[in-house]
Amino acid sequence: MKAGQQETRAMNGDEAVAYAVKQSDVDVVAAYPITPQTIIVERFSEYVADGKVKTEFVCTESEHSALSACVAASATGARTFTASASAGLALMHEILYVTSGCRAPVVMAIANRALSAPINIHCDHSDSMAERDSSWVQIYVENSQEAYDSIIQAFRIAEHPDLLLPVMVCLDAFFLSHTLENVKVLPDEAVREFVGNRQLPLITNHNGEKVPFKLDPDNPITMGPLDLFDYYFEHKRQQEEAMQKAAQIITETHNAYSQLTGRRYGNGLVDSYRLEDAEIATVCVGSTAGTTKTVVDQLRAKGVKAGLLRLRNFRPLPVRDIKEALENISAIAVMDRSNSFGGYGGPIFHELRHVLYDTSSHPYVVDYIYGLGGRDMPQNIIKGIYKDLMEIVETKSVKEYVQFAGVR
Amino acid sequence: MVATISWKFTAREIAEKPELFTSGHRACAGCGPAIALRQIMKATRGPTIVTNATGCMEVVSTIYPYTAWKVPWIHTAFENAAANASGIEAALKAMKRKRRLKQEKVDVIAFAGDGGTFDIGIQALSGAAERGHDFLYVLYDNEAYMNTGIQRSGGTPHGASTTTSPGGTDIPGKTQMKKPIADIMVAHEIPYVATASIAYWQDLLIKARKGLEAEGPAFLHVFAPCPRGWRYDTSKTIELARLAVETCIFPLWEAIDSEYSLSPQSKIMTLKPERRKDVREYLKMQRRFGHLFKPKFEHVLTDIQKIIDKRWNKLLKKCSMT
Ligand SMILES: Cc1ncc(C[n+]2csc(CCOP(=O)(O)OP(=O)(O)O)c2C)c(N)n1
Ligand code: SF4
Ligand SMILES: [Mg+2]
Repeated sequence: MKAGQQETRAMNGDEAVAYAVKQSDVDVVAAYPITPQTIIVERFSEYVADGKVKTEFVCTESEHSALSACVAASATGARTFTASASAGLALMHEILYVTSGCRAPVVMAIANRALSAPINIHCDHSDSMAERDSSWVQIYVENSQEAYDSIIQAFRIAEHPDLLLPVMVCLDAFFLSHTLENVKVLPDEAVREFVGNRQLPLITNHNGEKVPFKLDPDNPITMGPLDLFDYYFEHKRQQEEAMQKAAQIITETHNAYSQLTGRRYGNGLVDSYRLEDAEIATVCVGSTAGTTKTVVDQLRAKGVKAGLLRLRNFRPLPVRDIKEALENISAIAVMDRSNSFGGYGGPIFHELRHVLYDTSSHPYVVDYIYGLGGRDMPQNIIKGIYKDLMEIVETKSVKEYVQFAGVR
Repeated sequence: MVATISWKFTAREIAEKPELFTSGHRACAGCGPAIALRQIMKATRGPTIVTNATGCMEVVSTIYPYTAWKVPWIHTAFENAAANASGIEAALKAMKRKRRLKQEKVDVIAFAGDGGTFDIGIQALSGAAERGHDFLYVLYDNEAYMNTGIQRSGGTPHGASTTTSPGGTDIPGKTQMKKPIADIMVAHEIPYVATASIAYWQDLLIKARKGLEAEGPAFLHVFAPCPRGWRYDTSKTIELARLAVETCIFPLWEAIDSEYSLSPQSKIMTLKPERRKDVREYLKMQRRFGHLFKPKFEHVLTDIQKIIDKRWNKLLKKCSMT
């Protein structure tokens, strides 16, 4: 299979996600609609109604039940998918931790939307950033093509026997979810082959026998028990150890996929743009990277050594890659599309500065909270941020570490 | 439709069937819910997957690394037993369609307490019932949140003292009534709904089996006294479970395709009214009702009798017994 055999289709981000799910031989989809994720659920319902998939679709009465159904279906041995956003993801909060704690490799698409109140249906990352500690792998995509590609990769990543953790694929509300784009899609068989069958690792049951890790009447096991101070801590450490293996699994999967399609997103964890000799750089996740690349090109044309680091994965945090990419940059601006109220900047800023603290070069790192509730992030604001960085380099001083960009 | 009964569950048959909910769990002595679970697991007909809401039964039966369960079992949270059952059933269906299921048929049972059913779990339950998943939902009703220390629930009866509806100097325990949960489930027009009491084990087993055999959602409301929460001697669990039926505070009935009929243990109360016992006999055995026997609150006893009579008459009408 080569890139040439791919077909180009006009799809928005949500449709691209639904199409990838359709091709990935998913057993159970349980979901509840919420703008701007609805199209995913609607398209998939059509695939079911038209007999294009053998999936069991459970249209639940809430997101809480949707994810609960997914965890149990996954525990029964099914490949499982759901999708949500904003209030829906917040309603799932309790079960997000249950999913990872039960080591259920559920895949979920998030159409990133602002949290209430006030109610707002547009893009920001408050919803998924609030879940960053829930032990889900988080992939943020730049465009609909990457949304399609990442969903397919996500099944293979989540179900990898060394990982067995759920994966969230995050796409920006409306900018991606509802915007038509040319998306190259693989033939069904190629995707089927790539995702393979769900693998079930063997675990030791109460009688000391090796049995498949699933609810199987032939080999009964107990899942989700009461786990107190004598074992809980070890189980949580195992979960962290699995997360630490995720980076390698993600890059391997990304490499295998790009062999098939010819498409790459950096090394799968981070996507660097013109960083090699850069003096100043911005860091962001999601679709803003597209606009930023244009700005970088314009600045480069004027001789400014500007670059961009897009984090494709926020969980696990690609610590080594961030250090390598940014160590030699003099001044860095993080662009956070969510705020940590009362904290010192947004969540990406927290982690990035924290990672760079260990580098001997100690670059300046500042934060710009932008785009809350879907506020546009035009080129001129991004240019302004690079201008601030140039000033920081020149004056060797920072006026304000944390600012809001594009706010009145 | 529910198949007509072809099994009787004799004592011998039950004794010979291996325990699927085994001893060694850490329920209190005289625990009614533990008896319910053990009995119901004797009614299973083949491969079965169980899901359990948070609550006493989950906590006492699975303290890691031990388990009392000989069937595949999963707990995920408090309010979602029915959603879990939906997911398991959906997975089984999909795997069967894709020829990846080894078994011809796997039954799904969800166990939840009254808190997990009347209150926090009712949304998931109603949704799963509406969607028509094929599973048996068992509500083991000990009439309060026992796991967290005897707090009131929508299933706590009128007048009962709990830690969040204490019988005080001014307020005589819970002032509201018990939610008619099984009727609410009948209103969902699911194929099978029944009430049962652990005192009548054969009736309980038969109803559990009918629920499993029903194609679609089945709901079984099992009365299961709790000595800790109700404050009575641990030897009296079955006696109380029987008295609840004999006083008509917890009548036994079933509704097949929404058609109500009284079960023999309650039917007899209409045929031979002299068998019906005074509810005071039931109440006075439990210290959760102790405050009602003080002169100040005696009117509550009258109210309780009124509630029972009203509900009983309503039930008789539904069962075409009037
Ligand atoms: C979302 C949530 N809220 C509250 C709790 C605390 N909690 C655990 S069990 C329980 C009560 C269980 O009551 P019930 O369903 O009647 O079962 P029982 O313990 O009586 O068997 C509560 C309130 C919880 N685990 N999850
Ligand atoms: S508190 Fe009640 S329901 Fe809970 S284990 Fe003890 S007796 Fe059983
Ligand atoms: Mg209870």
